[in-house]
Amino acid sequence: MVETGHFALVLAFALSLVQMLVPLVGARTGNQRLMAVGGPVTVTGFALTALSFAALAGAYAGSDFSVANVWENSHSLQPMIYKITGTWGNHEGSMLLWVLILTFFGTLVAVFGNNLPATLKANVLAVQGMIGAAFFLFILATSNPFIRLNPAPIEGRDLNPILQDLGLAIHPPMLYLGYVGFSICFSFSVAALIEGRIDASWARWVRPWTLVAWMFLTGGIAMGSYWAYYELGWGGFWFWDPVENASFMPWLAGTALLHSAIVMEKRSALKIWTLLLAILTFSLSLLGTFLVRSGVLTSVHAFATDPARGVFILCILTLFIGGSLTLFALRASQLTAGGLFHPISREGALVLNNLFLTTATATVLVGTLYPLALEALTGGKISVGAPFFDLTFGPLMLPLLAIVPFGPLLAWKRGDVIAASQRLMAAFALAIAAMLVTGLLIDGASVFAALGVGLAVWLIAGALTDLAVKSGFGSVAPAAVLRRFAGLPRSVFGTALAHLGLGLTLLGIVGTLCFGTEKILTMRAGETVELSGHTLRFEGLVPQKGPNFTEDRGRFLLMNSDGNADGAITSAKRFYPARQMVTTESGIRTLGLSQLYLSLGDENNDGSVVVRLWWKPLVTLIWGGGLVMMAGAAMSLLDRRLRVGAPARRRKPAGALATPT
Amino acid sequence: MTRKQKRLSVIVAGLAFLGAAAGLTFYALGQKASYFYMPAELATAGLQPGQRIRLGGLVESGTVMRGNGATVAFSVTDTQKSVKVTYTGILPDLFREGQGVITEGAFGPDGVFVADSVLAKHDERYMPKEVADGLKAKGVWVESKSQ
Repeated sequence: MVETGHFALVLAFALSLVQMLVPLVGARTGNQRLMAVGGPVTVTGFALTALSFAALAGAYAGSDFSVANVWENSHSLQPMIYKITGTWGNHEGSMLLWVLILTFFGTLVAVFGNNLPATLKANVLAVQGMIGAAFFLFILATSNPFIRLNPAPIEGRDLNPILQDLGLAIHPPMLYLGYVGFSICFSFSVAALIEGRIDASWARWVRPWTLVAWMFLTGGIAMGSYWAYYELGWGGFWFWDPVENASFMPWLAGTALLHSAIVMEKRSALKIWTLLLAILTFSLSLLGTFLVRSGVLTSVHAFATDPARGVFILCILTLFIGGSLTLFALRASQLTAGGLFHPISREGALVLNNLFLTTATATVLVGTLYPLALEALTGGKISVGAPFFDLTFGPLMLPLLAIVPFGPLLAWKRGDVIAASQRLMAAFALAIAAMLVTGLLIDGASVFAALGVGLAVWLIAGALTDLAVKSGFGSVAPAAVLRRFAGLPRSVFGTALAHLGLGLTLLGIVGTLCFGTEKILTMRAGETVELSGHTLRFEGLVPQKGPNFTEDRGRFLLMNSDGNADGAITSAKRFYPARQMVTTESGIRTLGLSQLYLSLGDENNDGSVVVRLWWKPLVTLIWGGGLVMMAGAAMSLLDRRLRVGAPARRRKPAGALATPT
Repeated sequence: MTRKQKRLSVIVAGLAFLGAAAGLTFYALGQKASYFYMPAELATAGLQPGQRIRLGGLVESGTVMRGNGATVAFSVTDTQKSVKVTYTGILPDLFREGQGVITEGAFGPDGVFVADSVLAKHDERYMPKEVADGLKAKGVWVESKSQ
């Protein structure tokens, strides 16, 4: 079975070469038969990659330690779920997951793309084939997961204990669905440049793909943040670690793309910019893959460091980014510029959004790459962390967040800021009230905290105002409001939900950073500690045995005001013998939207234990807001207009399409 | 304004915005980035009092002192010089004597390095890259036995 997987992977590589050449030649020469090769080849390539992935997953599930990759990253005593997720909990397997998703997305284009112009479809599949070929070659040449060991070891070396968590089942696949989803936007852009024109179907296809990729990337980042929060035991949700930035940069650029693609779809303006942004977003995804996979950064993600891999990915990076940007420089002038608009308009607001988001992306890029460049050039070693990003990223985000509620209320082509301001009066009053309440009534609230809460409420109320205004609240009868509300396009709900989610995330961040409290102390069994009105009693350490680890479990009782126990929190120090590694399992109890978080330290000689505990007000909103943003993207995808493969609508008279929504 | 003037003013405003962002970025890089040192490099580093740095090296064997509540004291060494470090909090799980570590903080007036964060390697297979590179440069790098 393992050899079958290996052969399937080699065949998939060979097919990707066919996929990148034959349709391209067909499109150049106008040969229908050559262009038609693209579809079946793409689908077959996906089937072979899936077979290859299944073979590796099978080897993991069956603990086949004759496969070097399984031996290095698995153990026969691991629970089955971690055996399976361990398939991509290592460099080789995760790259296989990457190409699996790439070929899956290519297949979606091949199967559902029948309404695309034949040459565009052929070129898109060819570009997908190029990306696939590069990564198949990378896997086969430097990161082959199917290498056998002879003689086969009896026992494996275990998966890194930090990765033995449900988070591994969700975070990497979602993140990759996001990263790789942008490859479709990239392929469409490059295909448009090869053809030298952008037609209407381009925008209709690119926007839903951007939405899909953005939705998964949002989920992947939120899940990664929550995983780091509870697994690492440091209580932080974002560290400005280069690995985090690697996923955050495509997200920022992708958010800009999401907005500029709206302008392009509705007003056919900003064509060239949107195209460039699509190229840049996927380039940042590739850069992220390079930073994380090459071993230039040391982190839990750098599974193993092998210089050959770094150089190989750097070559892929240079080839694709350099190649696509050169093509852009040569061909962009051939594309026709789109419609004109007044600076104060929906388009103008979206341009402003793009200006802020791309500049913010650039500051994150500088902060992430500068230490690497400095070390390569001078050997000096610096670290760029939260203080840098607070000073650069923060000032860019504040004005952007403040103007978000205006955007959806401005009309296309020429907007009226005064009318939009009048509609936002209630939201503004609410934000000011929230600011005053925070500043005056909560002890120890700083000016920054008050501003932050006000801004979050402004975003939330602004999103709700948008829905209220568009359903005619206050201007038509209540029954009509309800009818209009139900009849609003799904994309209007999508926008409102995404902006609402942003406000919730901001509220969670401000709540945690400004009103959170923490204590570090040593405790003995029976002692109590009080933090922000919550009393905890330490019950002592109890040794326990898990399937592939032993642990000392600390049990804490949450006491209510009567002195009775109101539930327990446990935190543990785990020891994994296979890797001789200790991990901390933090104890978390969610109370409303807030969390009580504690983590165990070392045992002192006198039998007391170091305990660190945090009260994190509203912290769940940080990730909850992410979920709401994802729901917004899903809602937009359900919009009739974007439904892929709904050609029935297009049989209506041409005038129907031009109706403004 | 004519269309040309309008376009020009938009471009100028955009460039001014980008210029401001770039200026802020470089100012922040100068002010907010913290440099990495090994103990022997400190003498020539010319640190300002209270300047935040990252100090890396090996945790010197036999120097880890626990017991004063949650505060831990230990020495970080590059085998040539060693520096006393104090830290209040929970040490990372992989913190061990004789292993690589990076601490971040500033020197107190008494010459003791007060760390507010301690990073140990994530995995038993390697030590923090800065520490490994520093030790290699000093010629005291020992290839680990397990790998």
